[in-house]
Amino acid sequence: MVVESATALARKDVVGISQLDAGEIQLILDTAEELLDVAKRPIKKVPTLRGSTVVNLFMEPSTRTRFSFEVAEKRLSADTLNFSASGSSVSKGETLFDTAQNLMAMAPDFIVIRHPNSGAPHRLAQEVPASIINAGDGINEHPTQALLDAFTMRQHFGSLEGLKVVVAGDIRHSRVARSNAFLLDKMGAEVRFVAPASLLPLEVEELGVSTFLRLEPALEDADVVMMLRIQLERQKRVNFPSMREYFDFFALTPERLKLAADRAVVLHPGPMNRGVEIDSLVADGSQSLILEQVTNGVAVRMAILYLLAGGPSEAASDS
Amino acid sequence: MKRLLIRNGRVIDPSQGLDQGMDVLLENGSVAALGERLDVPSETRVLDAAGLVVAPGFIDLHTHLREPGFEHKETIESGCRAAVAGGFTSLCCMPDTNPVNDDPSVTSFILKRAEQIGLARVYPVGAVSVGLEGEEMAEIGEMVGAGAVAVSDDRRPVTNAQLFRRVLEYARSFDVPVAAHEEDLDLSDGGSMHEGAVSSRIGLRGMPTSAEEVMVARDVLLAELTGGRLHLCHLSTSTALDLVRTAKQRGLAVSCEVAAHQFVLTDEDVAGANYNPNWKTNPPLRSAADVEAVLQAIYDGTVDAIVSDHEPHHADEKELDFSDAPFGIVGLETAVPLALDRLVHGRVIGLMQLVRLMSTRPAEVFGLPGGSLREGAPADVTVLDLRALRSVDSSTFQSRAHNTPFSGMRLKGWPAATIIGGEIVWQAK
Repeated sequence: MVVESATALARKDVVGISQLDAGEIQLILDTAEELLDVAKRPIKKVPTLRGSTVVNLFMEPSTRTRFSFEVAEKRLSADTLNFSASGSSVSKGETLFDTAQNLMAMAPDFIVIRHPNSGAPHRLAQEVPASIINAGDGINEHPTQALLDAFTMRQHFGSLEGLKVVVAGDIRHSRVARSNAFLLDKMGAEVRFVAPASLLPLEVEELGVSTFLRLEPALEDADVVMMLRIQLERQKRVNFPSMREYFDFFALTPERLKLAADRAVVLHPGPMNRGVEIDSLVADGSQSLILEQVTNGVAVRMAILYLLAGGPSEAASDS
Repeated sequence: MKRLLIRNGRVIDPSQGLDQGMDVLLENGSVAALGERLDVPSETRVLDAAGLVVAPGFIDLHTHLREPGFEHKETIESGCRAAVAGGFTSLCCMPDTNPVNDDPSVTSFILKRAEQIGLARVYPVGAVSVGLEGEEMAEIGEMVGAGAVAVSDDRRPVTNAQLFRRVLEYARSFDVPVAAHEEDLDLSDGGSMHEGAVSSRIGLRGMPTSAEEVMVARDVLLAELTGGRLHLCHLSTSTALDLVRTAKQRGLAVSCEVAAHQFVLTDEDVAGANYNPNWKTNPPLRSAADVEAVLQAIYDGTVDAIVSDHEPHHADEKELDFSDAPFGIVGLETAVPLALDRLVHGRVIGLMQLVRLMSTRPAEVFGLPGGSLREGAPADVTVLDLRALRSVDSSTFQSRAHNTPFSGMRLKGWPAATIIGGEIVWQAK
């Protein structure tokens, strides 16, 4: 498989990986690689988005994604506005149309949106002229997370093609798992979803992934092991019985990690539940790329903003 | 003496096995005569139906009129206007109003308003349980006395099997069917679309087919236990229809309906709609295989009635996100053209079977007047133009609501006139 990089991101919005093609994904990853250097300079700023306004609209609690976007925006010299609301109270009363009208009164160029409802960014994108970037919608997609995961894998292995990637955890409620499946399938990697069937979506194999009900068989020859956060508070104890049992059967421990390929690396989108889905020895071990993911997240988000703003006319090397 | 002669139409009447070009004379609210070249008495209004189909008035067993309580969505008047513009002469309205129609005074209010409006015939469906709470039995006898034709907690499935058993038994004394919206709420678990490959792909929480099927299975067993009349509302899955097919073979008093949108749209259409809640309904738009099974059940007679499942909502409510927006599609003004286009022109069934499913059987299932053009039957007639080719335009709806996924869809076969009690209450322009 040879992926030709696209020359520009000829679209208004990035609402999901499912809308992007392999060339566009490649372009974002290549651009992020150039922008990664910005963080290594004494003055960590380029003027690309000077005079542009970015609204960070977070209708659901988020710390890392919101900070990551903010850092990306500031390094590109954009003006940022932050609007946070704890999910239900604000979002359910106001229609999306009202939200859109209110936002457009501030004339933003970009809206970064995190929303508890699947599809909210997609509909907002239809309503407003600003570029919409999805920072996670419901249980649907989290495209920038999948892009930073892919960037981290590519950085380590040189290419995504043929990589065997295990994604384990609450797949059914995970936008990270879904976006990763779309992306890795498009880029020629092999995806293995691992969860008890009570945490897997129905007929999920149609996304081009294989599914495993236990972690051990999925780990064989795996190059990447991505563990997802387990939130018992969301489960009402119907989907699995306890944290202890989850750890005993589905957590990534040093012993289980040995079943993977020798060169295997460990990813986690955060925040981690140490002792639930991942053992601290693994999280902090030599095979962990979890902190690289955080660093790379800023570069990937800069790349998307930069490309949506018009792309390569201004070189990333401006300082 | 008020007379209307419908001249030269193709009369289709399943109650008499009639499919023939002839005249129909309506006199003083009843069918007075059928025949070729009937003599026209003096002072008779004549409706030329040459090239049109003349059928006993269509009856919708499943409508939400929203009044009293939710007049911003629909009123009895706007709903009745929508019904007649959609080719229906009668409709049965569900009890989920505010106050709930769990009391004869509400039943009487609805009937009185409908009479004042004087358009479609309105038959209220009373609640099964007080306040639709699923705990205590509502005053079924009193409501039937006031004019209710069936009981149902539509939209609020009766999870208490003991209560449902007793209602099936108790309602036998008043000879009314118990209509059920079949959904196990624990299994649907807050989902907003059909659960399957498509929900897994587009990231919406799914409602499995089994949520509908386990309740259908339970209630068919309870119908057998009790000998009660069970009517299953808007079925949408292959297995649910199989359960009805088996129940009928075993001679149980079980009937069922399907909503028009359920044989037209699938979960792939939800995916194509970019999270637009006008495609959100309950039961949800199912898989292509389920739609195939619905068409098969319409063809083989498992289905007794095609309904609109008219669920009007205000535009503001349908502006919410897909997961937050209320379930429902308006159907009164699209059900007949969808059925003509997809079922008749689509060669699933013939016209005779269509009229049976939209008039004769609905009348039998709920024990309503009409469904026939025999002499002496009510002078309710639906006139159809099978050749009319138009696109659905929600801006022309008589309903207050516009929550339809069919805007712009080109359909062949539309109602041409609606006649109630011998009066032309609506005619296509």
